[in-house]
Amino acid sequence: MAGTSPAMTTAAATSIFWGIMVETVRGPSLLLRIAELRAWLFLIVLVAFFEVWLRLAYGTSFVFSAYNIQAITVFAAVPLVLGLGQTFVIISSGIDLSLGFVMGLSSVIAAHMANWGAEIGMAMPIAALFGILSGVAIAVIPGLVNGWLIAFLDVPPFIGTLGMFGVSRGAAYLFAGGMTVAISNDWYSAIGNNRIAGAPVLVLLAAFACLVLHYVLSQTRFGQHTYAMGASKTAARRAGINVRALTLKIYTLSAVMGGFAGALYTGRFSAGAPQAGEALLLDSIAAVVIGGASLFGGSGTISGTIAGALVIAVIQYGLVLINVEPFWQFIAVGAVIIVSVLVDQTQRRLTGGRKVE
Amino acid sequence: MSDAVLSVRNVSKAFGAVQALNNISFDVLPGQVVALAGDNGAGKSTIIKIISGVFRHDEGEVLFDGRPIRFSTPQEARESGIETIYQDLALADNLSIGENIFLGREPKRRLFGVLPVLDRARMAAAAQTTMASLDFHVTRLDAPVAAFSGGQRQAIAIGRALHWNARLVIMDEPTAALGVPEQRRVLALIQSLRAQGKGVVFISHNLRDIFEVADAIVVFRRGENAGARKPSETTHDEIVRLMVGA
Repeated sequence: MAGTSPAMTTAAATSIFWGIMVETVRGPSLLLRIAELRAWLFLIVLVAFFEVWLRLAYGTSFVFSAYNIQAITVFAAVPLVLGLGQTFVIISSGIDLSLGFVMGLSSVIAAHMANWGAEIGMAMPIAALFGILSGVAIAVIPGLVNGWLIAFLDVPPFIGTLGMFGVSRGAAYLFAGGMTVAISNDWYSAIGNNRIAGAPVLVLLAAFACLVLHYVLSQTRFGQHTYAMGASKTAARRAGINVRALTLKIYTLSAVMGGFAGALYTGRFSAGAPQAGEALLLDSIAAVVIGGASLFGGSGTISGTIAGALVIAVIQYGLVLINVEPFWQFIAVGAVIIVSVLVDQTQRRLTGGRKVE
Repeated sequence: MSDAVLSVRNVSKAFGAVQALNNISFDVLPGQVVALAGDNGAGKSTIIKIISGVFRHDEGEVLFDGRPIRFSTPQEARESGIETIYQDLALADNLSIGENIFLGREPKRRLFGVLPVLDRARMAAAAQTTMASLDFHVTRLDAPVAAFSGGQRQAIAIGRALHWNARLVIMDEPTAALGVPEQRRVLALIQSLRAQGKGVVFISHNLRDIFEVADAIVVFRRGENAGARKPSETTHDEIVRLMVGA
């Protein structure tokens, strides 16, 4: 190349090189698309399975029953709301273990504040709203602490949020006096139990949260930077992204969704309970993972998490319908989580994505 | 030398008692590739970190387009037109080429005139144009960067520098992590940057690479200028002698 003019050399050399390189992009595009949809495909298979079983065994329908659909979606709604925040955390390559008890804390605070609001003379609907907003607001505290520990003190997410799991748990039980906090507010209870045009209010609220967070994740810089950070913190930092501030926001968002889930729980059971989210934490993580997110960060979608939450609800509800002992639910959901991760690994290999060791 | 893109004049920098740089000077002209050669610890990385805004120098001057610079963050350097390309890359593997080019500076459009959303079409179009200017014709604009090879990814990093109209591109061991055919591709890219009138500062341990693309070689030894040569007027042996001080 020495001797010729730089411009000529360049054009000739690069076109020869890149000409062949374009074709070397690995992995068929179709496979990627299917991977994105695999949680939905799995959901369809699962529903079809229960449909056939119920028709053969009892002559009834699984999916063409308004009652079943309502029950499943109500069942899925609260873990789904938890899973929405968890989706952001997991995409950023973190994990939020405090979510279950942040939900409990918010549930208790929401119940107390709704009661207190009514006592000081607020109208019932206002008191209900006041309770919900207080429940969501209190969640900001553990969220900020999580974010601060992880972003500024370099505490691993697993440990930092495990710490806040304990703190929120203790605080929730202390505020509740070790019991549940009953509410007597018909407006608040209506949120958890009433329907609008046949659709449970709880499900409508969860659906609204899905829409908002889908927009945030897929169409805003915040969402885009969450993906970038999950793939490489260094790359994000070098691109001028304030990774610390971003981490703080992500964990606060997650906790706020936990708070919202807690406030919904209080409406559904007409009581605030410290242990409201205890069993739901793992479901929230499972929903995200079944939905195609990688626990190593960098991938995941809201649509996937919705499918994941529905898969869990369908398994749990379906197994009851076909008279399987309820303890099998745990085994079934556990197996689905493991299979999802294995499928994810295989798909990464096939599409030439980063294979995490 | 007033038309130099970058002019480093008598720059010194100490870390505590260690004098990392002592009275370093060199110039980079538009369309010129300047290679920095030297042993480990000779001060090559320190000087590029000063230019790219990671460190501040103690003494001397760094002129960019004739104006003295003293950046407080790498972001500031980038905004004024100095892009740094790292050997371990700075791409988010899961994002597309366009999304990487615009990372941290994403364009928006309004859906139905109200709702602000990311303008992915614009990012993809810009990616195509920019990469085409490097003769890299991308067909799969939505593919994540992870699907591309090491050399292609260097091209994407260079594409980002081009898109943001950098006038000085700093490359720290751009070929170190690559196989031989890919190294050739990156050298071709450096020539492409030169052809577009960019100033290039290029660090490499590989003398063959240096002799192939550099217009000037600045040799560092223990934080000092050990000499500057044109590749056509020197030999590998002479450069090595300057590096080790023999």
